[in-house]
Amino acid sequence: MIDEKKLREDLAYDATFSCVQCGYCLPACPTYVSFGKETHSPRGRINLVKLAAEGKISIHDMANPIDLCLGCRACETVCPTNVEYGKILTSAVNVLAEYREKDRSRKEKALRNIVFHKTLTNKKILGLMGKGLYVLQKTKLNKVLRKSKMMKVLPTSMQRMEEATPTVKLPEKRQAVERSQQEQPYLRIGYFPGCVMDTVFANINDLAIKLLEMGGCEVVTIQEQGCCGALQQHSGEKELAIELAKKNIEAFERYQFDYIVNAVGGCGAALVEYHLYFDEQDPWFGRAKRFAEKNKDISVLLAKLELPFQKEVNKVVTYQPSCHLTNVQQVVDDPFHLLEQVQGVTYVPMEKKDMCCGSAGIYNIVHHAESMLVLDDKMKYVKRATPEVIVTTNPGCHLQMLLGLQREGLDDEIEVRHLVEMVAEACGIE
Amino acid sequence: MGDHRNEIIQKLMEVVSDSARVLTKMEDLYSFSFDASFGVYRPDIVCQPMATEEVVDIIKIASKYAVPIVARGRGTSLSGGPLPVKGGIVLDFSLWNTKLEIDPDNLVAVVSPGVITSHINDKAGEFGLMYPPDPSSAHVSTIGGNLAENAGGPRGLKYGVTKDYVLGLEIVTADGKVIRTGGKTVKNVTGYDLTKLIVGSEGTLCVITEATLCLVPKPLATKTAMVLFDEIIDSGRAISKVLSAGILPSKMEIMDQHSIIAVEEYAVLGLPIDVEAILLIELDGHPLAIEEEMSRVADACMAVGARHVQVAQDNEEAERLWQARRLVSPAIVRVKPTKISEDATIPRSEIPAMFQRLKEIREKYNVHLVVFGHAGDGNLHPNIIADQRDVEEMSRVEQAVEEIFEAAVQLGGTLSGEHGIGTMKSPFMEMELGEDGLHLMKMVKEAWDPQNILNPGKIFPEPGQRFELRND
Repeated sequence: MIDEKKLREDLAYDATFSCVQCGYCLPACPTYVSFGKETHSPRGRINLVKLAAEGKISIHDMANPIDLCLGCRACETVCPTNVEYGKILTSAVNVLAEYREKDRSRKEKALRNIVFHKTLTNKKILGLMGKGLYVLQKTKLNKVLRKSKMMKVLPTSMQRMEEATPTVKLPEKRQAVERSQQEQPYLRIGYFPGCVMDTVFANINDLAIKLLEMGGCEVVTIQEQGCCGALQQHSGEKELAIELAKKNIEAFERYQFDYIVNAVGGCGAALVEYHLYFDEQDPWFGRAKRFAEKNKDISVLLAKLELPFQKEVNKVVTYQPSCHLTNVQQVVDDPFHLLEQVQGVTYVPMEKKDMCCGSAGIYNIVHHAESMLVLDDKMKYVKRATPEVIVTTNPGCHLQMLLGLQREGLDDEIEVRHLVEMVAEACGIE
Repeated sequence: MGDHRNEIIQKLMEVVSDSARVLTKMEDLYSFSFDASFGVYRPDIVCQPMATEEVVDIIKIASKYAVPIVARGRGTSLSGGPLPVKGGIVLDFSLWNTKLEIDPDNLVAVVSPGVITSHINDKAGEFGLMYPPDPSSAHVSTIGGNLAENAGGPRGLKYGVTKDYVLGLEIVTADGKVIRTGGKTVKNVTGYDLTKLIVGSEGTLCVITEATLCLVPKPLATKTAMVLFDEIIDSGRAISKVLSAGILPSKMEIMDQHSIIAVEEYAVLGLPIDVEAILLIELDGHPLAIEEEMSRVADACMAVGARHVQVAQDNEEAERLWQARRLVSPAIVRVKPTKISEDATIPRSEIPAMFQRLKEIREKYNVHLVVFGHAGDGNLHPNIIADQRDVEEMSRVEQAVEEIFEAAVQLGGTLSGEHGIGTMKSPFMEMELGEDGLHLMKMVKEAWDPQNILNPGKIFPEPGQRFELRND
């Protein structure tokens, strides 16, 4: 028997009342636009959560629409009544996870266990994966593997992602302890590399660190930090997400950083919302809030610094913002200001750039078909903009764009670059 | 529909070309059970037609089994228009946005029912033309929904409402016949004007499958002013003064003191919170003409006791002035989450009297009533902010809204300026129309839809129906 009172509390039922069902979120929602059903709109999902809390529908009835939400939170940005969609979504994801825990098959459980508990949180394994990918790509063994159908044992979606993943470079050795320098640096920065980012795009982290240092910052990548927990949080692994958050909060409390900086829109969004994992009465709330306030996206910092933009980058460029950078971190202008400073760049706006590309954490792996619907819509606008470079600010978007270009046969004509790579090139860093 | 549901689903799947556009799952049905008003009514089936022939076939099936047919755009209605209050089949037109043709020589647009309202204006703009009706949900709502509800908007003051821009329609009748009304000509007196009868009929007479809309030349420029008033009554007099000075602004929007304070608490724009009202006035036309007109607007406002007139010097400043108006909605719902947006409308000359009545109603029922919206056309938009979980408060709100309706009708106005009657206001129809007036409308309905399958339960009150703002 489902405890109705508990269900209402667990499901952020009160927050659903802020939705006046005006529908202003519909045009902003990628799944509504791509799937064409109210069921997959923010307003529709909120209604289903409310009805589930009231016992008018079963939890099972809201499962599919909640699963298929990208979590891009574009609806929050356009909402005229400030509905806390993220909170409602997370509550539904958690309730579903709890509900499913009971009847999950052992096999799936084992896979989730490996992905969320072991792989993502274990730097050694990710490091090995990175090195593995690196070796594979260097030796072109990945192509052998692809041909030998070894990759076929993975689900199609994983395979496609593997094909789209760019050449991996190993990270450079980074400063891991604070130096007691005579001269006070302009800013003391704790660098947050992010798991997937540092595996697939370690070189971008390296460039980001060099840029910060060029701007007079001391940058330290502390060893004690771990996974941000975003993917776990979005998948209903609430306890694990809290555990990871606590670990990071504690780790950074031991240092005196002005800012904690990352180049991953998705991780950044999780980090700036750590306090929402805790009740306001919980002593962790204050600690998490102080931590959250220190976290900034790399673009915010780079825009503050006086960097030596010297080299022209003669490219036609469009920008695909990371949803979590825009809608959760609310960083909108800084990436543009940076792009503007890069000489030689011709910026072409892309229509509907604020629509999610369908990457959304591991969405493009677990809901591959739906993700491709969203991606196809995105690629229509990419083609209309006809850029030479798509600039992103998040590894998930980056990979998804690569995949999209590959699907369209455009991967030879259009390249995908992180904003940091553009700025680094303009500042003469290789 | 009970016993026949599976049979009907089977038949629908045969006539809708892609069976994925026939929705039967619980989560889908409940997702088409609401609009932006009150109430949750689960339909039995949802169909997403994309062609006239599909609509014809669906209606024939509905007619055969005597099942309700409820047309729906994107569910932004504030009056319950698309709610399937008697169950049945919801026709979701949101996918059918395939036709949006501008005929610049004839100044018309031909559109399919699922086209988004603002897209029509955007496309017309490419030809130097404009589609004037601009409900505030225009970027979300479909033209089909606008036609069914005869939607208005701020520009209604100068340009009129949806019905003033409809030249012709393609419709499907309750017995599945396709009929064309009107055409592409502005002048057309051949027979009864069915076009105008259908627009605003809330899906109770037929289903609209295409519309021919009239466009006008796009004004070259706009100019905005913000006018502050110490007394709200003076703002009402200013509206009359401006209009009688021979100037027809494209928009005249009001914010009362309660909404000004709410906005300032929300976003600190630097609005003076000691004024009783702000009028936002927009003129459109030739830049030289509106420059001169704006100084006359300023004079007219100052003559009736305005404290200050601020004229925006460029589009950016105008944008900032309108920002205040846009923030009213998010600002007021911070107090309480439930927003009851009324659109009772009165003749312009009665605006000061209506302000007085609203003030009395606010005090009498102790409700959080704010006034903001289209003032220039008498469509005042009193909004009540409440919490629908508070039963006692909601019953006071219901009484207050009833009294707003009474006041509007007594002052020679109407229950609804632009939202429609739907389910919410039907109990008051007789108050405005009288017994005979309502009976005549009922006879029209019975002639067009003898089986009462088209959006049943709307416009006409059920025996004993009371006004209720509830979701259960």
